[in-house]
Amino acid sequence: MEIRDDRRYTSEHEWLLLDGAEGTIGISDYAQDELGDVVYVALPAVGARMTAGATFGEVESVKTVSELFAPVTGEVVAVNEALRDHPEHVNASPYDDGWMVRVRLDDPAQAAALLDAAAYRATLPA
Amino acid sequence: MSAREQDFGARLAFDRGAPGRRGVDVPRFEGVPHALPDASLLRTSLRLPELSQPELVRYYTALSDRNYGVDSGTYPLGSCTMKYNPKLNEAVAALSGFAEAHPLSSPLDVQGTLETLFELQAALAQITGMAGVGLAPAAGAHGELAGILMIKRALEDRGELERRRRVLVPDSAHGTNPATAAMAGFTVTQIPSAPDGSMDHEVLERELDDTVAALMVTEPNTLGLWERDIDEVAAKVHAAGAYVYGDGANLNAILGQVRFGDLGFDVVHLNLHKSFSTPHGGGGPGAGPVCCSAELLPYLPAPVVVNGGEVYLLERPERSIGQMQQFHGNVGVLLRAYTYIRSLGLEGLREISTNAALNANYLWALVRDAYDLPYGGPVLHEVVFSGARQRREHDVRTYDIAKRLIDYGFHPPTVYFPLIVDEALMIEPTESESRESVEALAAALVAIAEEAARGDEALHDAPVTAPIGRLDETAAARRPILRWAPREA
Amino acid sequence: MTSATGAEGAPHPYVPATEADTRIMLDRLGLTSTAQLFDALPADHRDPSIELPPALAEAEVLRLMRSRAAMNADALTRPSFLGAGAYRRAIPSIVPYLISRSEFMTAYTPYQPEISQGTLQSAFEYQSVVCELTGMDVSNTGLYDVASATAEACLLAVRSTGRRAVALLEPMHPGTIDVVRTYAYGAGVSVDVVRGVDELDAVHACVVVQQPDFLGTIHDVEAVANAAHAVGALCVVAADPFALGLLRSPGDAGADVVTGEGRDLAFGTQFGGPSVGLFAAREAHLRQMPGRIVGQTRELHGPREADGSEGAPRTGYVLTLQAREQFIRRERATSNVSTGQSLVALAFTIAVQAYGPHGMREAATLCYQRAHEAAARIGALPGYDIAERGPWFQEFLVRGPLPAREILAALEVRGIAGGLDVSGRDEEAAQDAFLCCVTDTTPPEHVDALVEALAEIGAGR
Repeated sequence: MEIRDDRRYTSEHEWLLLDGAEGTIGISDYAQDELGDVVYVALPAVGARMTAGATFGEVESVKTVSELFAPVTGEVVAVNEALRDHPEHVNASPYDDGWMVRVRLDDPAQAAALLDAAAYRATLPA
Repeated sequence: MSAREQDFGARLAFDRGAPGRRGVDVPRFEGVPHALPDASLLRTSLRLPELSQPELVRYYTALSDRNYGVDSGTYPLGSCTMKYNPKLNEAVAALSGFAEAHPLSSPLDVQGTLETLFELQAALAQITGMAGVGLAPAAGAHGELAGILMIKRALEDRGELERRRRVLVPDSAHGTNPATAAMAGFTVTQIPSAPDGSMDHEVLERELDDTVAALMVTEPNTLGLWERDIDEVAAKVHAAGAYVYGDGANLNAILGQVRFGDLGFDVVHLNLHKSFSTPHGGGGPGAGPVCCSAELLPYLPAPVVVNGGEVYLLERPERSIGQMQQFHGNVGVLLRAYTYIRSLGLEGLREISTNAALNANYLWALVRDAYDLPYGGPVLHEVVFSGARQRREHDVRTYDIAKRLIDYGFHPPTVYFPLIVDEALMIEPTESESRESVEALAAALVAIAEEAARGDEALHDAPVTAPIGRLDETAAARRPILRWAPREA
Repeated sequence: MTSATGAEGAPHPYVPATEADTRIMLDRLGLTSTAQLFDALPADHRDPSIELPPALAEAEVLRLMRSRAAMNADALTRPSFLGAGAYRRAIPSIVPYLISRSEFMTAYTPYQPEISQGTLQSAFEYQSVVCELTGMDVSNTGLYDVASATAEACLLAVRSTGRRAVALLEPMHPGTIDVVRTYAYGAGVSVDVVRGVDELDAVHACVVVQQPDFLGTIHDVEAVANAAHAVGALCVVAADPFALGLLRSPGDAGADVVTGEGRDLAFGTQFGGPSVGLFAAREAHLRQMPGRIVGQTRELHGPREADGSEGAPRTGYVLTLQAREQFIRRERATSNVSTGQSLVALAFTIAVQAYGPHGMREAATLCYQRAHEAAARIGALPGYDIAERGPWFQEFLVRGPLPAREILAALEVRGIAGGLDVSGRDEEAAQDAFLCCVTDTTPPEHVDALVEALAEIGAGR
């Protein structure tokens, strides 16, 4: 169960990789494992606003659908179009090819309020 | 046989036959033809299979051989009540006086149908202890929608709709319940289940305020257990100014034993393709009549059948929520249910529920040591085991157990529902199963538990005796192929 | 126990358990009486007084129901010119035969695909047939009927566009309008019944046009679709699939969603149901579609060959895209639909495939010709005319020397159901008129009887 140290996490299993005032968002290895085979990812359009704590999309597997919760507030500047034809990237590469959206944070300091890798690991079942 | 021939599913009707073949002929027009409409309104091509009649019959006959019905063997799907479908019902529905009737006929031309539907309304009202019945909804979920809309309109007439926008739904409920509440414009508050399987009454009472429109409850519930103290619950809901909606999907357990109306329900839907024996047809048609209290009678969906003195007539209740279908309901299905009720009478209906409970409890007794039973027994008409022990100790999931049952010659029970039971295995034999077939099903379930304990690989390969093996559902969802396309050369 | 009928102590034929079986099972449970099975039920509500007629043996039930059916007018001998959404068709004889195979009829929703390939592959055939007829990209396995399917199409348009109003283009079946209003009440959506596309604007999520319309006219769907798209609305077409054997497909003309009624080619009119509501749409709306959808896939592992090797995975069919549906998404589902009308859809599919592309065109053309011939004969009678409303398919408006209600009453006395009184409608062509329907199956001698009767009525006899 991989939990990368270079990024921060929410208790709902999203990760945020901060890069200046922008951040890339996806779901953790634990989340993709729990979901099973991802068949579809519903993401917002470029330019949409995202509000911390609110849902910004959905991930579907064959038998489940899960909401995606925004870790921060900001504007969506990029969306991973590859997931349309290759939703399996979320399973195979949740931290790299499985990235979902890139957001420009209203307040980059908001990222610090998220869980670090160790704190996130502590929330997971033993 | 070439590999292509062995792959029956790869050749649809569209891939068979040959240009020019036809499955039925059409009479010739003998008069002087009128000009057709302008070419811009007409189609220029239509791509459909071209098969002769014998080819079509063979193809669909072969397809039926790749299916399993109640007539094939035991089909213990929990909450689906897969009982025997009497063939008498088919003979009645096929009588041409019924089958060829036009829905807009003058009432005088359809008194046979109207009298029968009137009597069906009366029978269902008696069976449920409710004041009136609307026969129009086409399925249980459709009846749910009608019932919740009736509540909505009643609240509107009371001037309370703006305030009362919440519907309470137990977490054991069928998914149609919250989906229906949402379609009717309400938000859903989930009520957790207590350790005994009933709703948590403390949470329920806390949630019952003047923002609640209704409580939707299945009785007996989806665990096959009686929802505790339901008449007291109903009284509390009424005291809070809300309505009690009953999901009647499990009526088979209580036919003739207790009545929804006596317990305080305001509106209830029934599934005629469950308790009333009409065939499931692979997923319908069914019928979902809605039965209500005297207060809600004016809101019933249109039309209802009334006795106009000398003739039976169709009528629109004065504050009706409107029509649910273009015409009057799934009349062919309603006729089958009527025939069933006339064949059984009250004593017969009690025999149904008694034997449904007897078979389910017998199964429980025979299987109870082999699987976890989170909410215990005895039960009413269905029993919900859990495959959690097998997953924990042997890495065998309920999914595998279900597939292995196919190799034993049974249709699997309902799996992974209700959601409150981990690895749920929901089994409803119904009264149609003989004692021997209940014993055979129990023996198979026990044998599979033993196979799991032995680490038998058959559990992960199953089914191997079915027309096809486990299918790649992930690929089907990731790259959907939803219609025939011509084969690349 | 007593049996409902016949011998004391004998179980009903539908219930195998004898007294001996019951004793064995009660013993295993440690119970002495079946009444104890219901101990959990509230004691003061047990054994309610329920009034039902006593049970009848099978032969008695059949006699009763035969007499009831005989109380209905006989469609073979009583001429009827009623249409208005329910049409008498020539259902191929193989249809009732094949669907009555118990493996189709007594199966449930195909949750276990390995033993449900019959249901699933047939549903895939249905989806394919519907796409071909309607010109759409994707179809579900069928909804309850055309009216509820049209209501669901309106809700799809509301979800897709975010708008809160829908427009229904008259003349439309009053039952369809009624059902859309019922569903709209649930969703908090407003319904505008409009007379022309000029009444469309940017508040509308969709416009629904019936093809042919309620008074029989064939529409230029392309013009309606263009008008809808110009205001950013979807174009929904509620089409008669039988007419689509002849008419341009709505998809070809720019429709976004197509609904339709499959009942009459499948099971017959049956006083209105069960039916099957066709529902098909463009690919872009796939994830917003209600109802079940079947997809094609392959086995995870091919069959074990005789030499022990694994063969090539075979093609199979499964319910797919289930994350739209109620049992997964619950209150966020696209719809609450669970049980549909699967057997009716199967019957529809076999009927359409039996006709094939040529038969569908021939049957629709035969229907068109018979209707136009009948209309011409009636229009030629002194005192009668047929309202001119542009190209029409199988239904026409008859005006005569008396108000429509009186002509129909006079026909009724002569044992003829002449059609539907539409004189109360707003359309000019409907004033004093009744809607008369002649199909491919209307017996020529029935048309003769109608023409003769109308002539008599017109001559004041």
